Amino acid sequence: MPLRLEIVTPERQAYADEVDAVVLPGSEGELGVLPHHAPLVSTLGAGELRIRKGGAEESFAIFGGFLQVRPDKVVVMAELADLASEIDLEAAREAQRAAQKALETGFSEGIDLSTARAALQQALIRIRVAERRYREGPRRRG
Amino acid sequence: MPSQREIRIRIGSVKNIKQITRAMQFVAASKLKRAQESTIAARPYADKLEEVLADIATVLGGDEHPLLATPEGGKRLIVLVTSDRGLAGPFNTNTVRYAAREIVEHAGDLTTITVGRKGRDAMRRAGVPIEAHFAGFGDRPKFADVLPLARLVAEDFLAAKYGRVDIIFSRFVSTLVQRPTLNQLLPIRASEDTAGIPGNQFIFEPSPTAVLEQLLPRYVATRLYQAVLESKASEESSRMVAMKSATENAEELIEDLTLAYNKVRQANITREMIEIATGARAL
Repeated sequence: MPLRLEIVTPERQAYADEVDAVVLPGSEGELGVLPHHAPLVSTLGAGELRIRKGGAEESFAIFGGFLQVRPDKVVVMAELADLASEIDLEAAREAQRAAQKALETGFSEGIDLSTARAALQQALIRIRVAERRYREGPRRRG
Repeated sequence: MPSQREIRIRIGSVKNIKQITRAMQFVAASKLKRAQESTIAARPYADKLEEVLADIATVLGGDEHPLLATPEGGKRLIVLVTSDRGLAGPFNTNTVRYAAREIVEHAGDLTTITVGRKGRDAMRRAGVPIEAHFAGFGDRPKFADVLPLARLVAEDFLAAKYGRVDIIFSRFVSTLVQRPTLNQLLPIRASEDTAGIPGNQFIFEPSPTAVLEQLLPRYVATRLYQAVLESKASEESSRMVAMKSATENAEELIEDLTLAYNKVRQANITREMIEIATGARAL
């Protein structure tokens, strides 16, 4: 039985396809989902979501939200979901610097501290996922 | 009768107006398309969130979380969504009028948060208390834009400052129809749990309450975001239609003025010919 994965963010549907397995960052630790998983609703942490499909693997940087698992379907409701290969590493580094600066100086143009902290965290996850992808290249499995 | 010169000047200025309204019409059309697309793109997330909420609501009752309880008295908050800019046909007027009727009909302890300058101006004129104001969120509202508003609303509600929160915005039905609408935002009325597996069969991690606590602020933000997007689509379609009829009116006016211009010109020529003829006869 195939497992249908849908990743949605408030602004768009980021992914919808049949997959073999998915590993994602639950708030209580990494979580692997295969078909026939027990029904589950969980909060999501921040980190990397890995999709295994055929022999290939894809990954997303995701940040905050929920996860609903049914035996044949996984729905990820994340605040942010970027396909690793589409992450602009330079832009993420720039965002990281800007957020760090905002945190150091206290306040910058209209950004409060919690926003800056969230921006920093998002930038770091993006960088982490994109860098790993860059180092290892698209992974293949026999 | 105005002179030839005066009519010519008027025709020129009406032509200028026509150019502007035409340009606005096309700009509104392209913005409308974008707004419609984002409204549709935002729908899956909202639907899924609603589904999870329904699952949780079957497990948790209203007495276990204030956001799910039924309202009993308390102050009422209305979030009024309008636009910053005018020249959008009856869009702002209709929304504000709808809000005004609602406020008059259900008099009581009430305050508002306005999104968009037009709504704020109207509420201020009417002397309705305004708790906070957010400027419209530009042509491409982002989810992150509504988060401060959502946080404010959710926190104040949890602090029992309000007993009930409603959103008034213009629902986008079609390009020709936009309907001012009131939606109850808080306390949440979870929809019936109809999708697939009944809620009580789910495992909740870390716990139903913890999931709910994370979910509610996002739910509030999503509902507000949708209202903002719908309002945006309504605004642009209303503007497009208004500008289209303005362009047509300008065309009609130009026709009438051209006719008047030609009449005056003809009259002048006739008069001059008579003058010449009489002059010649006098010789």
